[in-house]
Amino acid sequence: MSKLIASAAIRASHTLVTRAEEMLEKAIAAHGEGHAFEFPDTAFYLPMIYAMTGFAVKTIGDMKTALGFAKELLHNEPEDALWKPYLGEALDSGMATLFAEEIILALRYIGGQEPVKDPETGYEYNGFITDTIQRNLGIQLVDGTMPGFAAIIGAAPDDDTAVTIVRELQEKNILTFLSGNVDGNSVTKQLLRKGVALGWDTRIVPLGPDTEHTLYALDWAIRASLIFGGKKAGDFKEHLKYQKDRVFAFAMVLGPLNDIIWSTGAGAINMGFPAVADTDIPVIHPTGVCTYEEVDKEFDHAKIVQKAIEVRGLKIVVEKPPIPVAYGPAFEGERIRKEDMFIEFGGQRTPAFEWVRTKELEEIEDNKVIIVGENWQERFEQGGKMPLGMVIDVAGRKMQKDFESVIERKIHHNLNEAQGLWHMGQRDINWVRISNQAKKDGLTLEHIGIIQATMTHSRFKSIVDKVQVTLYMDEKDVLALHEEAKKAYKERDERLGSMTDESVDTFYSCLLCQSFAPSHTCVITPERLGLCGAYNWLDGKAAYEIDPTGGNQPIRKGEAIDSVKGRWTGVDEYIKSATGGALDTMNAYTIMDNPMTSCGCFECIIAIVPEANGVMIVQRGHTGMTPAGMKFSTLAGSVGGGMQTPGFMGIGRNFITSKKFLYADGGLKRIVWMTKNLKESLKEKFNQRAAEEGVPDLLDKIADESNAEDSEKLLEFLSSVGHPALEMDPMF
Amino acid sequence: MSENIKSDARGAEQIIEWGESRKIETCFDRADRLKPCPIGSVGACCKVCHMGPCRLVGKDAEEEARGVCGATLPTVAARNMLRMIAAGTAAHSDHARGMAFALLAVAKGEAKDYKITDVRKLYRVAGYLGIEFEGREVNAVAKEVAEKLIEDFGRQKGEGNFITRAPKKTQERWRKWGIVPRGVDREVCEAMHRTNIGVDHDPDHLLTQGLRTALADGWLGSMISTDVTDILFGTPKPIKAEASFGIFKEDEVNLIVHGHEPLLAETLVDVVAEPEMVEYAKSKGAKGINLGGMCCTANEVLMRHGIPTAGGFTNQELGIMTGLIDAMTVDVQCIMPAITEISKKFHTKVITTSEKAKIQGAMHVEFDEHKAKEIAREIVKIAVDNFPNRTATGSHITDKAPLIAGFSHEYIEYMQGGTWRGSFRPLNDAIIAGRVRGVVGLAGCDNPRVPSTGLHHFLAKELIKNDVLIVSTGCGSAACGSAGYLTPEMALENAGPGLREVCEAIGIPPILHLGACVDNSRILTIASAMAAEGGLSDEIGGMPAVGIAPEWMSEKAIAIGCYFAASGIPVIFGGESPVEASKEVTRLMTEVWFERFMGALHFEPDPEKMLAMALQYIDTAREKLKLRKYEPGKFGAERVLMDMAARREIEKAAKPHMGIY
Repeated sequence: MSKLIASAAIRASHTLVTRAEEMLEKAIAAHGEGHAFEFPDTAFYLPMIYAMTGFAVKTIGDMKTALGFAKELLHNEPEDALWKPYLGEALDSGMATLFAEEIILALRYIGGQEPVKDPETGYEYNGFITDTIQRNLGIQLVDGTMPGFAAIIGAAPDDDTAVTIVRELQEKNILTFLSGNVDGNSVTKQLLRKGVALGWDTRIVPLGPDTEHTLYALDWAIRASLIFGGKKAGDFKEHLKYQKDRVFAFAMVLGPLNDIIWSTGAGAINMGFPAVADTDIPVIHPTGVCTYEEVDKEFDHAKIVQKAIEVRGLKIVVEKPPIPVAYGPAFEGERIRKEDMFIEFGGQRTPAFEWVRTKELEEIEDNKVIIVGENWQERFEQGGKMPLGMVIDVAGRKMQKDFESVIERKIHHNLNEAQGLWHMGQRDINWVRISNQAKKDGLTLEHIGIIQATMTHSRFKSIVDKVQVTLYMDEKDVLALHEEAKKAYKERDERLGSMTDESVDTFYSCLLCQSFAPSHTCVITPERLGLCGAYNWLDGKAAYEIDPTGGNQPIRKGEAIDSVKGRWTGVDEYIKSATGGALDTMNAYTIMDNPMTSCGCFECIIAIVPEANGVMIVQRGHTGMTPAGMKFSTLAGSVGGGMQTPGFMGIGRNFITSKKFLYADGGLKRIVWMTKNLKESLKEKFNQRAAEEGVPDLLDKIADESNAEDSEKLLEFLSSVGHPALEMDPMF
Repeated sequence: MSENIKSDARGAEQIIEWGESRKIETCFDRADRLKPCPIGSVGACCKVCHMGPCRLVGKDAEEEARGVCGATLPTVAARNMLRMIAAGTAAHSDHARGMAFALLAVAKGEAKDYKITDVRKLYRVAGYLGIEFEGREVNAVAKEVAEKLIEDFGRQKGEGNFITRAPKKTQERWRKWGIVPRGVDREVCEAMHRTNIGVDHDPDHLLTQGLRTALADGWLGSMISTDVTDILFGTPKPIKAEASFGIFKEDEVNLIVHGHEPLLAETLVDVVAEPEMVEYAKSKGAKGINLGGMCCTANEVLMRHGIPTAGGFTNQELGIMTGLIDAMTVDVQCIMPAITEISKKFHTKVITTSEKAKIQGAMHVEFDEHKAKEIAREIVKIAVDNFPNRTATGSHITDKAPLIAGFSHEYIEYMQGGTWRGSFRPLNDAIIAGRVRGVVGLAGCDNPRVPSTGLHHFLAKELIKNDVLIVSTGCGSAACGSAGYLTPEMALENAGPGLREVCEAIGIPPILHLGACVDNSRILTIASAMAAEGGLSDEIGGMPAVGIAPEWMSEKAIAIGCYFAASGIPVIFGGESPVEASKEVTRLMTEVWFERFMGALHFEPDPEKMLAMALQYIDTAREKLKLRKYEPGKFGAERVLMDMAARREIEKAAKPHMGIY
């Protein structure tokens, strides 16, 4: 019965708080109370304690204060008979446990014991999850490609069962965290033994060998409401409601439970995350703290994933083409090394290209895969390399030529999501590999066509009525058709290049993030792509055609109120209604006056550097200091969550080279600092734009981390090179 | 429950039998001997002027009967009803007034033996009253809170402070029908005026004032008393205690607090533990001092300190008959004057302590909160001094039952999710899913005209078997506590399968002891929180909830029943109806009130029928709310699985959580 759970949760909270206290005493003795600490790459201190209490732990001394909060949450175990109520007390104890675990793990970081390295295998666990990873995952969290999160604690009864469970989670696109052990054995070890690729790319992330390491997963979850939800630190009711309503996480406990598992689980139940175990445990079925059951059991490992998903109230729609290998975004990150490779196409090794073209309905036959080439079967069976011209013909009443590029960009995902298939690049710089294992499993050339046909239908169902795929396997055909394709690429680029905000009367909103960041609305214009970098105007247009009630809605531009700042009547009206009145207006071309809001998964942040009369740009993943005096992770804290913050803005990286980039603020010339990474990746287009602006050597005049990480050095550099921003009108 | 017994509680029955064998008369004998006046008991007697008393009886009395002044039966019955409500309201509210003035005295530093115990609750109440509390001195906030609350008694115009704590729709109904109370004193005064000879004669008009007066009891007086008592002495949280006559100790001084007010009792809790007092007791041959309680003063100190209770109203004479009570303090309400008579046959000292209440034959030690401890010590000494006078005479009963009490509405919210997730979501969910069929407030007195406490026992057992969660107060709690029903084990052994699951998940008894009868206000707060939480009714009316007072006898119970009805909770009272003579008045209080306020006041002597009626109300409410039809053992939430599009819609459908913490 539940009393056993409560007793265990309460007991362990005492154990862990005591352990944290002992470790803390030692750490204070060794380092002093003033010793500063932060987890790697986070702006949120000890995230759980910070979100729940608003207290920012910055030093070991602060941990003592924070442990005090945990102590206040401790309770006595319920008695055997005539017990007092225990649910609220057990949940409090669970929270105390999370606080204690967070402090313990922080102290272990100080002691150099985290992330844990397995002494036997040398495997290094992930440890604390950085803000960067969280933000990188942003778009996947909202577009349905990562619908849920599992924390597996313990070990499966045998290695094969561990693989089966994890594969099912992968196929359901669920991100899986691993922690805990049963007598030293764990799912992590089981998967390693079976050669399963682990890591963020395959969505299987081992956090650490103990139950306490599960806290890293919860620390990751709680940052969703801080980053994307814009919930204030200390507003615990709001945070926990967000977690319950929007973060579809659950725990799966494999093997016997101990007090610490129960107590960590009780902590997670505070967040609305239920647990399902494969052993005969007491269950808690009444709902209300969690959306459905709090604790449940399922002995059949073939059913446990489905059970957990149902208990969490999760709906997962998986489109899988009829192929003999597993399929899903979790397999997208998998690499195929040369020695594991059966055959490859393109990649400068053979001529190859991929091309989507529009056809009339009667011209093609739906779902037909044609393979053209002499002896192509024999040649394929030999392995090695082959040329590949992949032509995908689509037809549909609502198909538009503009959508070709949108559909074409999905080829990469279509192929990569198949286990044992790997794809890189696009157009005529593409590169495809098939692994030995996939070949052994029965994957053939034809399956490449089948995948394209099935997934193009599934992703573009209301645009595409017919898909026919032709694979050209002979060099001469490939070369000949490549010429045609090149013409098409060129036409498309010209069309896209000529498309301006003035040339269209409709923009598109992107509300995909509203499942996580309910108060943010992206406005996507031809010259300003979504801040996540994943959606441009054409994507928005196509998405709206596919699903007229979906996350991308047309915005009638209306009359221009201010064409310099980029303000239109239609956009204002839309913004007002889409944000429920939280915002009245938005300017697309300035950072200074009602700029666009951000969800949290922006590729870059622009921030004003007042001393330099310009702006700096830093991309997600850059962990160094910036001249704004803040790292990316800290800056991001002031930008996300749907707030309008003049002087700060999240953007997609390609917006930098748009003609409308900070148009009202002086444009490109305002950039005084930008990371080397950005400079490098945008170089060509940037120089072109800089020339148009009359400062062809602008890129060299922009400082980066190699010459300035603070504003003083920045100003020195800018003066020495004569940066144009110093002469421009003041930004304020 | 056998008809031949006088009390359904075994200990009580044993004492009654022991007394009968010695010809000691109790209320049970008097109830047997003294049949209720058949005219007065049904509301047909008018004695508001000295042209009468007039009996409005006879064939077709409803239409034909007239008093000397021409008053009709409906007028007379409604007037009698209104006077009962006014008296009940006056009682609770005068108690509340005392509490508010005590808070003021504490805030001003004039009552040095008390302090503000629950600052958090003070701030919450300050929040309701729009009083700034951040960064201010606690006593300054307390003073302003006390003064603002005191306004509720003498306010002439406007609305009571806490009216806005009710759901908006409930408030709208009140305003529509003009029953928002202004001030307690004004409503009671107006009720007395209207029932004076020759003033208000329209039954509906009279009863409408009855509801306004009753609301002044529930949402003003009683709610003030509950909140102020929490502020001064702490908001209750679960606590273990014992009930029934076995709580008296053979070898210790037994000092029993009886009545309704907590001020003296709280002080006694401290004073009996003082070493000098314990030493003094030892010097008189006792091993210590055992503080116990009876009636609602007992509930007050049981909820906060686990002081044991010897039971409810009908146990007061029986307690003395154990021969073990060395002193019994009494304050106000429900104190039978018979106890002084009976105490003469034993050694018990009965001590009246309220300036408002004296009984001939009792000692009077007047309590004054300004010198609380001094007076408390004097009382303890009287009890100790009397210990050597104890004789072997008496019916020594050792039966007692353990219990868990202390369910303030704040704790009820906490227990459903702890500090971080506390809310009424789990309770609402459980009702929606059919685990919990509905909620019944089982309250009110115990009564010697039925096998005393037996109706409480019957209904409690049947309701929980039917998956109905019970919240209890006052002597209803004492009845259930003495029977051993207020234990978590009770849920495992006797609750229906759904209720059992909920009780097991939280660790609660199936019957939650909310406190004294004045704490019925907690039920109003709980119902408001359930409405705010969403998923059930968005006002108090329409909830699958019923109030039952199966053995009521006090006018206070009538006031409570009426404020429940006006708030939207159908209420069923046991016994014959005090307005039974008039069909019109009965119709007004059932059909018309239900139509206007979604509450009603029924009288039904048959416990089986009370049960059926309660379940009927609950099931009808479930049906109207389109909840899953209740089927024992079959429950579960309909699973709505969320895809991404559904998640984006959450914000639009979400309702803000409005907790009471």
